[in-house]
Amino acid sequence: MDGVVEMCIAIPGRVVEVDYPFAIVDFKGTKRKVRVDLLDDLKEGDWVLVHVGIAIQKVDEEEAKRTVKLLEQIGLG
Amino acid sequence: MLKLRDRRRTIKSLSEELRRLMQGGGEVTVMHLCGTHEDTISRYNLRSLLPENLKVVSGPGCPVCITPDEDLQRAFHLLEKEKVTLTTFGDMARVPFEGRSFFYYKSKGYDVRIVYSVFDALEIAKESDKPVVFFAIGFETTMPSTALAVLDGVENFYVLSAHRYFIPAMEHLLSFEDVRIDGFICPGHVSTIVGVKAYEHIKVPQVIAGFEPEDVLLALCMLVKAIKNGEVCLMNEYTRAVKYEGNLKAQRVMEEVFGRDDWEWRGLGVVKNSGAPLNKKYEDFDALKVFEDSFKDFEPKEDRRKRLCRCGEVLRGVITPLDCPLFMKACTPKNPIGACMVSFEGTCNIWAKYWRC
Repeated sequence: MDGVVEMCIAIPGRVVEVDYPFAIVDFKGTKRKVRVDLLDDLKEGDWVLVHVGIAIQKVDEEEAKRTVKLLEQIGLG
Repeated sequence: MLKLRDRRRTIKSLSEELRRLMQGGGEVTVMHLCGTHEDTISRYNLRSLLPENLKVVSGPGCPVCITPDEDLQRAFHLLEKEKVTLTTFGDMARVPFEGRSFFYYKSKGYDVRIVYSVFDALEIAKESDKPVVFFAIGFETTMPSTALAVLDGVENFYVLSAHRYFIPAMEHLLSFEDVRIDGFICPGHVSTIVGVKAYEHIKVPQVIAGFEPEDVLLALCMLVKAIKNGEVCLMNEYTRAVKYEGNLKAQRVMEEVFGRDDWEWRGLGVVKNSGAPLNKKYEDFDALKVFEDSFKDFEPKEDRRKRLCRCGEVLRGVITPLDCPLFMKACTPKNPIGACMVSFEGTCNIWAKYWRC
């Protein structure tokens, strides 16, 4: 649908380059320039959630791994 | 996330756990509060995995849907009265009032531009001689971006705020007699900003959840356990993105730019302290103030075409889209009548997309 953009979702992407208040973020191969001034100390390689052109939160890799581990254990019964 | 085979095993285990927890018990109704949660639940048909006595209903978690017609008419009024460029999000541009939408105005030659982000509107304003008005909708997830845009201080950029704080709506929901809520699945993206702390005063079992099907099922297990044990607790399943404090910087810019007022929501009526008008300090960027004279003769009307529309009850989780007489008859994603059929976060639109009846 042309011109119709979903507004409420947040998409995770990996930071490729930081130049405050902007950063280039890679969303599964598509790179976009987004605002990042709501997050401090962002560096290359960080995962962020991007909503309407701005990164709203970092994704904590350690916590993500912990959740995956928990879910794996649940799967094993 | 997990490998596909592991995902299947995990989802199966979680649904078995839910059945075990709910076995022999009374009915439990859980409300989720985010369009993206409804999308996950419908896309993966998670309701088919739930025990019969566990109901997951969708609440007012779609900003486009809860924006009342009055706000929409105010924006249309401004377009008709003033030579402005009006910018807004794509979802919002399709919501009809008496058959007219922002796209309708665009087709009639009015300067309406669809933007992905408020910063696109800011760029338009930098290069334009005309006033550029951003019709701003969204909850705490979206408000910080609008706040930052205001703080950037671009001269001919104005905000017509229809932003609403979500947390007051949760308390408000509990006051309806026809709404049954045993527990909330709190909105994940709003939570990244407001943090776990924002929900502490709400005295109902709650869990903040992520958006994978495993996240939703795991969150449901946590919530059902708490409800069965009679614990009024607040849990966080979405730890990878939601911290106790939330995003403090985002909270600060939001508080700096926006105040609080009692504003109406579609389906909920007036919700105390939920409205986000621009603070007086930033009235130079407030479209309501700057174009004050144009709004003097503004009078909102009722849309007679919507008299059978039941969006309000869908937004309170009292009915499902299937209970609406218009659903997939007069009201379809191509020709929507109600806002819940327009937005990709709207329950009716999502049910239409994954329809399995």
